[in-house]
Amino acid sequence: MNFDYNEEQQLLADSVRRFLQKDYDFEKRKAILQNGWSERVWATFAEMGLTALPLPAEHGGFGGGAVDLMSVMEAFGEALVVEPYLPTVLAAQVIAKAGSAQQKQSILPLVAQGKMRLALATGERGVIGAPMADKVVFLRGNEIWVIGRSELPLKPHRTLDDLAAAEIRFDGKGEKPGHADSALLEEVQDFGAALSCAEAVGAMKFACDTTLEYLKARRQFGVPIGAFQALQHRMVDMFISYEQAKSMACLACSKVDQSESANERSRAVSAAKIKIADSARHISQESVQLHGGMGMSEELKVSHTFRRLTVLARRFGDADQHLARFASL
Amino acid sequence: MDLNYSQEELAFRDEVRSWLAANLPQELKDKAHLSKDELMRWHRILAKQGWVAPAWPKEWGGTGWNVVQRYIFEEELGYAGSPPIMPFGLSMCAPVLLAFGTEAQKKRFLPRIYHGDDFWCQGYSEPGAGSDLASLKTKAQKHQDHYVVNGQKIWTSYAHYADWMFCLVRTDATVEKRQEGISFLLIDMKTPGVTVRPLLLMDGGHSVNEVFLDDVRVPAENLVHKENQGWTVAKYLLGYERMNTGRIGESKRELRKLKESFSEKQKDLRWRDRLTRVEVELMALEITNLRFLDRMRRTGQPPGADVSMLKIRGTEIQQALTELAMQAADPAAPETQALERRYLDMRKTTIYAGSNEIQRNIIAKMTLGL
Repeated sequence: MNFDYNEEQQLLADSVRRFLQKDYDFEKRKAILQNGWSERVWATFAEMGLTALPLPAEHGGFGGGAVDLMSVMEAFGEALVVEPYLPTVLAAQVIAKAGSAQQKQSILPLVAQGKMRLALATGERGVIGAPMADKVVFLRGNEIWVIGRSELPLKPHRTLDDLAAAEIRFDGKGEKPGHADSALLEEVQDFGAALSCAEAVGAMKFACDTTLEYLKARRQFGVPIGAFQALQHRMVDMFISYEQAKSMACLACSKVDQSESANERSRAVSAAKIKIADSARHISQESVQLHGGMGMSEELKVSHTFRRLTVLARRFGDADQHLARFASL
Repeated sequence: MDLNYSQEELAFRDEVRSWLAANLPQELKDKAHLSKDELMRWHRILAKQGWVAPAWPKEWGGTGWNVVQRYIFEEELGYAGSPPIMPFGLSMCAPVLLAFGTEAQKKRFLPRIYHGDDFWCQGYSEPGAGSDLASLKTKAQKHQDHYVVNGQKIWTSYAHYADWMFCLVRTDATVEKRQEGISFLLIDMKTPGVTVRPLLLMDGGHSVNEVFLDDVRVPAENLVHKENQGWTVAKYLLGYERMNTGRIGESKRELRKLKESFSEKQKDLRWRDRLTRVEVELMALEITNLRFLDRMRRTGQPPGADVSMLKIRGTEIQQALTELAMQAADPAAPETQALERRYLDMRKTTIYAGSNEIQRNIIAKMTLGL
């Protein structure tokens, strides 16, 4: 039993954090949002090895698992990164697990080098990362289609949490479809869900930290508002909520990497999604409430974290869907 | 990161589990109200095995287990449905004696605690001193070689079984800082002037009492640590490592029984979803507990104030499970009353051992710096 990241994971997490603190603070992020995302940031991710990390070694990757990516996703959640990292990773996983030899060769090394971005579409609406993807991996039933983005009619929009997404129209043209069984697709979904839990935990950490700071700094009635017990106890409950969520993200990521059965893995992931959905809602709502009017303002990062948490609670299935799945397993 | 127990830890768990299967008497399992004889019977079975006081130093009978093994042991006890091991002697009075007692006090009391010869209770709360414990008023006046104690204690668990009570008393009422006038005394419950009166709780059970102290003569040698230094002793005890504040094993057993007894009820999706949320909360608490243990094992440091969250969440889960059991049962059936009474009884958990509000105060102050 050991809850620490290993040395490599810790070093990576530290360098990702340092980069994001320096080049992805709230002001710089605003500038990035003008364009929707940053090519330079993506190149830095590639330099740091993030794009290669989760890919198989035989295709230029490092063969990393969910626990290896966990600290990265936590850091992304804290900084509210908008670059389409997770969509690229998940689409690449589908190719790596079920693509043809030719697809693996032509796509995965480029993804590992940071020269190709992907999006994963399970339907035609709200395909995250599609506007800046080079290829879209489209799942239709058990068929896997790989389509060049330029060949897809695409109506772009921004998600509530400022990710570039698009509605696509798939007309059945593209490369001859590959096939994936539903067990494999479920595995990829669980991988994504576990990592989205880690991302949410990072966002929760920011929400808790910044709210605690605010309680200490904001003065009313001649004292810091953190002197009031009514607020102290609510802050404590946020802190507990965060720790419980973090525990479940650890569980989900390690079960995704190592489980005795698919059932055991999915059970852990669903349990984590339920907890993270509840904690995300609790922490985001309280962080805004305890900030008062300022919490509602566009000018404070906490309101943007609110949006990210609101969306993450429902991405990869909301609490109700996971309650049903958990009970069925 | 590896959330699994090591091979050695799993082997240890299996050893404990199979020992419990062979040695925990069936008639003591899951029993709500245990007599003194029943409690002590279980105590002596564990003492005979050498497992009754794992955390003590080896020279006094400790097992030498590390924090993870101690946690596994306690979880297995809970999961097996064993009677509670009374903490008052083993994990409250004894650690105090080990840290502050004289050699004579250790030799006199520790072996008797170990073997279950003395049953202890804790004389802390008073009618006017609950969460604000330092405002206690029970007075102890020194007369040459003894103290004369006058006052009243309340909510004293198992005082009606107890041979001894460790007690916080006021030895100096003139100090400005109230904490500085308190002492830690050991009182023989058979001393003239000690009167125990039962306090029945809303479930109808008798586990707590009022204890009246009228001119009770206590030999001065029964003072632990220095006079007026009792608060230091009490604070030490609050920070003393307890592995099982979350009651994970007990709640896991409760959850399993709930699923077994009410398999039909799980078709009621509203109830089922409430149950699942509690199950998820329990999974999260277990991992959080293991995270704290892992930290303690690595740093060698005692747990931080944030372990108060184990008490908060653990008791909330205990309560939620008894409530779900009650809600699953037929309200018209007379046998449902046992579940209803259990629900009533469990309301105490968020109040005792430092109310959950006090636990939140502790986290706010010590962990969050508010």
